[in-house]
Amino acid sequence: MLPVGLDGTHASPALGWLWLALVASGLYHGVNPGMGWPLAVSAGLLDKNPRALFRALWALAAGHLLATFLVLLPFAFLLVLAEWQRPIQLSASLLVIGFGVYRLIDRRHPRTLARIPPTQLALWSFAVAIAHGAALMLVPIYLGLCQAFELDAGHEAAGALMKASLGMAVLVSLVHVTAMVGAGGCLAWLVYRHLGLRFVSRSWFNLDAVWAASLILVGAVALAFNLASWR
Amino acid sequence: MTMRPDPTFHASPKLAMEAPAENFAYTLLLSPDFSKPDALAVIDVKPGSPSYSQIVHTVTMPNKGDEFHHFGWNACSSALSPLAGHAFIERRYLIIPGLRSSRIYIIDTKPDPTKAKIHKIIEPEEVFKKTGYSRPHTIHCGPDGIYVSTLGGGGKDGTNGPPGVFIMDCETFEVLGRWEIDRGPQTLHYDFWWNLPRDYMVTSEWALPPQFENGIVPEDLLSNKYGHRLHFWDLRARRNVQTIDLGANHQMALEVRPAHDPVREYGFVGVVVDTTNLEASIWTWWREGGKFHAEKTATIPPEPAPKEKLPPLLQGFGAVPPLVTDIDLSMDDRFLYVSCWGTGEMRQYDVSDPRKPKLAGSVHIGGIARRTPHPNGKAFAAGPQMVEISRDGRRVYWTNSLYSTWDDQFYPDGVPGVEVMANVGRNGGLELDKNYFVSFPDGYRAHQIRLEGGDCSTDSFCYPSV
Repeated sequence: MLPVGLDGTHASPALGWLWLALVASGLYHGVNPGMGWPLAVSAGLLDKNPRALFRALWALAAGHLLATFLVLLPFAFLLVLAEWQRPIQLSASLLVIGFGVYRLIDRRHPRTLARIPPTQLALWSFAVAIAHGAALMLVPIYLGLCQAFELDAGHEAAGALMKASLGMAVLVSLVHVTAMVGAGGCLAWLVYRHLGLRFVSRSWFNLDAVWAASLILVGAVALAFNLASWR
Repeated sequence: MTMRPDPTFHASPKLAMEAPAENFAYTLLLSPDFSKPDALAVIDVKPGSPSYSQIVHTVTMPNKGDEFHHFGWNACSSALSPLAGHAFIERRYLIIPGLRSSRIYIIDTKPDPTKAKIHKIIEPEEVFKKTGYSRPHTIHCGPDGIYVSTLGGGGKDGTNGPPGVFIMDCETFEVLGRWEIDRGPQTLHYDFWWNLPRDYMVTSEWALPPQFENGIVPEDLLSNKYGHRLHFWDLRARRNVQTIDLGANHQMALEVRPAHDPVREYGFVGVVVDTTNLEASIWTWWREGGKFHAEKTATIPPEPAPKEKLPPLLQGFGAVPPLVTDIDLSMDDRFLYVSCWGTGEMRQYDVSDPRKPKLAGSVHIGGIARRTPHPNGKAFAAGPQMVEISRDGRRVYWTNSLYSTWDDQFYPDGVPGVEVMANVGRNGGLELDKNYFVSFPDGYRAHQIRLEGGDCSTDSFCYPSV
C-alpha cells in the first residue's frame, strides 16, 4: 500500500521539511502530558510492573493512531477529485486555523473526557486526540506530502490514486505516532525509573495557548505554501 | 487558569507528606440557636508566630440559620489526574454548604488567608432546581469538578426522593446537576470518597432530615431506622455496583476514609452506635476479586456512669456510649484517628494491617461523664469530634461540636466552641499540646477544620507513594 512515486524523483524541495514537520509534531504530542504519558507512569506504578507501563503506551498509541487515520481518511478520498485540489487544500488550512482560534478563545476542556474509565486508555487517547485537534494538526502536512508526491496530479486512474492517497494516510499516521510514542515513552520511562513523581507536576506547563497557536501556525504555513504554489 | 500546577498539588501521598507544613487552619463556626450568622475562622497555626493558636481573621456570612458543618476545597491533588490532563487550576476557594439552609458559600482565600472573603453565594433554590437534592454536606474535589453529597431529597422536609451527590464546576461554581445514573438500593446518604485510578466511590448513610434536624429521634434509633449500609459505585459509570449492609443494629455509618495510596484498595468507616450494646465500631472495607467486602475490625465499649452524670436521653441506659462520630486516616495510611465524642477520648489506631487495627495512642478530653479538662487546665465541653490531621501526620487538630440539636441532647450544659491539637510521636502516641487551645467567640460552636495547602481528608491521588 505504499504511495506511488515514493522514490521521490518528482519530490518538491519542501519534502524534507514536511517529513521533519511530521516527526516534530509526533515528538511534540508525545511530550505533552495532556496526550497521556503520565498515564503510562501511573499504570506502571500501580501495577508495580514496567510491563503495565508499556501496555499503557500501546493503548495510547493505538488510540492516537486511529484518531489520526480517521481524520486523514476523508481527505484521502477527496484527493481523488483532482480538479478540486486547490479548494480542498485551502479549506483544510482554514479548518485547522479555525480550530486553533476556537481553542484559543474557548479554553474549557470537554467534560465528557473525564467520564472515560481508566481501564479504557485507547478510547481515552482516541477521544483526546480528536477533541484537542491533535489529529487535525496533521492534515496540512498530509496534503502537502500528497502534493509533493504528485498524488494530486490527476493523471492517475482514480483507483490507483485512491490507493496511493490511502497508503500515504497510513504512512503519515504511523510515522507521527511512532515519534509520539517514542517521545512520550522515553519521558514516561525516565520519570518511572529515574526522575520520580515530583517531575509529573514540575514538567506540567499550561500548553493551552501554545497548542492553539501551533494549530494556527500549521494552518497558516500550509495556507501560505498553497497560495504561493498555485499562483 | 495558571501556567503551572498549584504547588500544593502532589502526585502521590508521600510527596504531600514532604511538602511544607500548614500555616493556617480554617474552622467553621455555627450559631446553634441561629441568632447570629455562621462564620469561617482563620487560625494561625504557625509555631513561633506571635498570634499562634489565635483567630487572625473571620469571614461572617450575610445570612442566619445556615448551620455550617463540613466544607472543602475547590481543587486538590486530584487535579494531577493523568486522565483529566489539565492541572491548571488553583487550590483557592473553600466551598461551604449550609446544612440546614442548603445555601452554598464560595470563599476566596487568596491573595492571603487573613483577607479571605466571600466570592459567590449559591442560593438554595438553585440547588433544589438543578439537583432535586437538599442539605448539602461533604465536599470533595474531583478531577472533573466539585462533588457534593447531600442528606436530603426534594420537598420542605427533604424526604421527597432520595438524597445523593451533585457536581459543581470548580471554576465557575455553577451547579451542574446530579451525579448518579443508577443509584440501586441507595436511599440514605452521608459521606463519600473514592479511589480515582481504581475507579470506585464509596458512600455511607446517616439519616433523612426529619431524623436529625430537630435532634436525634430515640424511637427511630432503638428501632434501627438510621443508616447502616455502605454503597460501592463505579465512579465513571456513576452506577451503584454493590451494597453491603453492616447489620441493622450498627446504626449510623458515617465517615468513609479510603487509603490515600491508590494502590491500596481498602478503607475504613466508623459506626456511631450498636443498639444491642451501645458499642461503637470501626469497620474495614476492601476490594478483592472484583467484589467489595466489609468486616468489623475494632470495637469501643460503653462506659458505665451514674444516672446523675447523664443527660435525660441516656439515663435509662446507665452508661455513656463512645459515639464514634468522626474518623480520619493519616496520609501514609498508618494511623486511624477515632473521635469518641460521648466518652471524651481521641484514639489512635495503628492500621498498618488494615484488618487488625491496634490501639497505639489515646488522650482523654471532655466526655459526658469524665469531663476531663485540657492539660492547660481549661474546661473542654462535649468531646473530641471533627478531627483533621496535618499532611506530615505530626499534628492532629479537633473541635467539639457534633450538630446543633444533638449537642443539646447529649451535652445539655452547653458546648462552647473549642479547638485543640495533639502532637504525634514518630512511632505513634498522642499528646495534647498545652500551647494550642482556640476558644471561639461567645455563642459559637466549632465544626470541621481544613488546613492550608490540603489535609488528610481533602486530597486524593492518582499515583502511588514510591
